[in-house]
Amino acid sequence: MIAISVDTPEQSQHLRETQGYTFPILSDARDEVIRRWDLVHPHGGPDGVDIARPAEFLIDSSGKVRWVNLTGDFRVRARPQQVLAAFDGMNSVDASSVLTRGSNAHGHDDVAVAAGFVSEGAELAGGLLVL
Amino acid sequence: MKRSWNPGLWAGFVLVLIGFLSYPLFFARFPLTRDFPWANLLILALGLLLIGIGVARAFSRSDQYRGKISGSILAVLALVVTGSFCYGVFAMTRQLPASHGSPHVGELAPDFTLPDSKNNPVTLSALINSPFTPNGSAAAASASGRTAATVLIFYRGYW
Repeated sequence: MIAISVDTPEQSQHLRETQGYTFPILSDARDEVIRRWDLVHPHGGPDGVDIARPAEFLIDSSGKVRWVNLTGDFRVRARPQQVLAAFDGMNSVDASSVLTRGSNAHGHDDVAVAAGFVSEGAELAGGLLVL
Repeated sequence: MKRSWNPGLWAGFVLVLIGFLSYPLFFARFPLTRDFPWANLLILALGLLLIGIGVARAFSRSDQYRGKISGSILAVLALVVTGSFCYGVFAMTRQLPASHGSPHVGELAPDFTLPDSKNNPVTLSALINSPFTPNGSAAAASASGRTAATVLIFYRGYW
């Protein structure tokens, strides 16, 4: 599980440390990948900067996209159960293998961790929704 | 005769303010109350109801209750606050452009390399094919010890 945002590596590292996230957060500060994937939210950030719209992709071992969630409302993100259901839907893989993930600093159980990342991130973003 | 205070007006206005502020400060943290803000709408509706009753009282029984002027001002302010909340939640957060060029189901995910939070370059294709590591990068490991699937999440950032 990996995340991408326009934040700098330093900001992302701070977030990982304060929230106990163990998944990598990649920095696309110049919107290059976000633009190439057509996921720009123009002027969506503070002071009118371009940021990414929230989006979730499930990619299989051959590099193929198997599930996409593009929200039409940035308050509403994929819930962990949706991602796990999409994973279960990939019948070529063993769904139980998601259990072998590591844990985060809060020590939740593993499925909850992999799934919890999605909701924690979304919650954070939601918490910053001060208009 | 001294007219009595009209507490419903003020209680209603406080409720409307709470209904507005509790969304970013509290209810937005939980998917159940974030995705559709029913809790906040309920508080706002209750606040408006109290103000409505208070204003009706002030005008129909103005010999007994105060609040003709203050009630009118509070009612207008409460409607503005409620309107801003509804605009923010039902219109503003939906102003996202269409995305036709993002990878569809069945397509290959376009490869990229970006720095992680420790400035190490991470390449998507390498990640997808990487052997599984417990605190590693991809989503899950298959029986062969290779990554079975990767969940890639784009965030708005500014955390």
